[in-house]
Amino acid sequence: MAVAFDEMNGPGGELRPAYRELSRWLKETPPDALEYRRQEAELLFRRIGITFAVYGDAEAQERLIPFDVIPRIMSAKEWTVLEKGLKQRVRALNMFLRDIYHGRDILRANIVPDDLIFQNPVFRPEMNGQSVPHDVYVHIAGIDIVRVDADNFIVLEDNARTPSGVSYMLENREIMMRLFPDLFARHRVAPVERYPDELLSALRSVAPLSASAEPTVALMTPGVYNSAYYEHSFLADKLGIELVEGRDLIVKNDEVFMRTTEGLKRVDVIYRRVDDDFLDPLTFRPDSALGVPGLMSAYAAGNVTLANAVGTGIADDKAIYSYMPEIVKFYLGEEPILKNVPTWRCREPKDLAYVLDNLSDLVVKEVHGSGGYGMLIGPAATKATIEAFRDKLKREPEGFIAQPTLALSTCPTCTASGLAPRHVDLRPFVLTGSKHVTIVPGGLTRVALKEGSLVVNSSQGGGTKDTWILDE
Amino acid sequence: MLSRTAENLYWLARYVERAEYIARTIDATLRVTALPATYIGKTNEWESALLTAGVSASFYDVYQEANEQNVVEYLAFSPSNPSSIKNCIEAARLNSRSVRTALTSEMWDTINSAWIELGELWGKGTSSREELARFLRFVQETSLRFDGSAYRTMLRNDAYWFSRLGLHLERADNTARILDVKYHVLLPEEEHVGGPLDYYQWTSILRSVSALTAYHWVYRETLKPWLIADLLILNDTLPRSLASCYSNLVRNLDQIGVAYGRQGASQRHARGVRNRLEHSHMDDIFQHGVHEFIQEFIADNARLGEIITRQYLI
Repeated sequence: MAVAFDEMNGPGGELRPAYRELSRWLKETPPDALEYRRQEAELLFRRIGITFAVYGDAEAQERLIPFDVIPRIMSAKEWTVLEKGLKQRVRALNMFLRDIYHGRDILRANIVPDDLIFQNPVFRPEMNGQSVPHDVYVHIAGIDIVRVDADNFIVLEDNARTPSGVSYMLENREIMMRLFPDLFARHRVAPVERYPDELLSALRSVAPLSASAEPTVALMTPGVYNSAYYEHSFLADKLGIELVEGRDLIVKNDEVFMRTTEGLKRVDVIYRRVDDDFLDPLTFRPDSALGVPGLMSAYAAGNVTLANAVGTGIADDKAIYSYMPEIVKFYLGEEPILKNVPTWRCREPKDLAYVLDNLSDLVVKEVHGSGGYGMLIGPAATKATIEAFRDKLKREPEGFIAQPTLALSTCPTCTASGLAPRHVDLRPFVLTGSKHVTIVPGGLTRVALKEGSLVVNSSQGGGTKDTWILDE
Repeated sequence: MLSRTAENLYWLARYVERAEYIARTIDATLRVTALPATYIGKTNEWESALLTAGVSASFYDVYQEANEQNVVEYLAFSPSNPSSIKNCIEAARLNSRSVRTALTSEMWDTINSAWIELGELWGKGTSSREELARFLRFVQETSLRFDGSAYRTMLRNDAYWFSRLGLHLERADNTARILDVKYHVLLPEEEHVGGPLDYYQWTSILRSVSALTAYHWVYRETLKPWLIADLLILNDTLPRSLASCYSNLVRNLDQIGVAYGRQGASQRHARGVRNRLEHSHMDDIFQHGVHEFIQEFIADNARLGEIITRQYLI
């Protein structure tokens, strides 16, 4: 594996311009002052109650995600490229979804194979021919980006269902501003605080025609036991909308209402953080207690907008991912600005053969997996693990894709033995409303805290950092 | 507001109030049992603590004997007692989490910090009287902080009123329960033959509703059982009296009614109970039986809870 690109100290060890002030500040600041503020940050997080739950971990039902106080910094120029690339990608995702559930031009053009769509469990036949306001399917996208050198940003994953993490982007900034006012004074950091406003106006802009001029938006959560519950309540609060659970909603005459102390009140737009499967027990899983019976029929009648739309999973599926460069070209006629990781589709015999021959060099992922579970990181795996995985792969090749291990960029991070480079990724949040695609400058930077580790997932020992886009 | 939000606020306030009440009950019982037996007689004070907490029956599913260790454990820490202080704080935290958007950050901070402290410092219970005293103080202070931050920081809208409804309904229930258990030591003037025994029982009652000092200010007299009953039942100036709880319940329900432009069964029922309290005299209550009066009140109060639930919370 190549030596990782460090975002502070470039390939030749030279200080990169965006980090100039930070580097100076770090030299002036004694290490114990840094440690003291780290502890202070942790205390703040715990008191505010920013926690997430790890399933199956009874000891720590609520856990803090470790927060690293060293910010990750990008220049305005870097961000401009990234922003353009993200908007392009999300536009293509929305057009792809519109096409898949309507004319299916892309299948007829033989760009994406039929069976990848129709035999895919995340394809929702209920959405065939169903129109959604302004043809927006993915109102909120969380695109996972890694960088491998000074010039190249690569998309690792498109999260087009119910991406989470934006509360960390906002709270990390709050806490950094509280703890390091001096450091902020020395930089011009683009603010992220308008995210809730932009989200609300995006959601309002896609209200159904039958809604009143002041559409009612609600955020639907699976409930307090969900791992992202903190984020749900945080966002509802910032947006000034009701945080509803399935049991708070009722469908009458194909309209959705919430039960309030003053009787029923109509809901026009639901920012739902509940998976498709659990939305409506009459349409999807009958055992779902989280959903609202009849919600899908209100949706089909066009009386409520769901954000994101139902069936968006077909666009962020790992098997579809490898076709994204072609998808961008097909709908927009443009070259993709953000690259994909080169991907071997194990469903194709030629690719499978290559993957089986090179398992110890590759990362193999389940097509439908998420959260970093069920994947093989070849270079870090034991022989026995690789062999066990080989059998799995041979049994069900279409369930997997493989990618080279990327040398993810690193950022300076607080560790037990002082500052050291650790691998990072970035999840910016892209909002699509009736007219605009917008992104607040920044996103959630996740950092693999273990030395050498490439797994940034919070459920597996990852932490977060504040992400600074410098305003020049 | 969402019915579920109102319900959570209502129960949140009830749980916090209940935790404090149980803490006071334990505290008062500890004081009375510390006295030599000649002062308190043969009654088992720990048994009556269970009765005032309303958990006597379920206690004996788990324990054989109502002694200090068992009762304190059951009332304060037991996971199998739904009304234990620990469970109340946990339920309060869970309710807070469900309605974070309706709480001010000060209220959330109080409950969340208490919950963290509960887990970190009191997870294993207490091992000495001193520790127990510290724990009980912690619970009472949590309740004071919560109440204070609600009072000082919440908008005066339906969220606040529903929270207050929970508080006063729970408080009325608690005061009534003490009276229900202890009514036999509260006798009308002519029947009373006082002894040191009763004197400490009376102090204990007043202490559990934090009204010992108040008594002296109101009546400027030595402790008299009929006056204690008067204070706890009819005196509108004592925040934990039944009369005061009902003035507040009526007011909060009226505020909700005005805001929503509609009155209903709960407003009518609360006014009925309040009017009865307003027009009662201790003499009549003694004549008809304190016990009967209190039992009727407990039933009426529970009924108001049901009506509020039906009218607003589901």
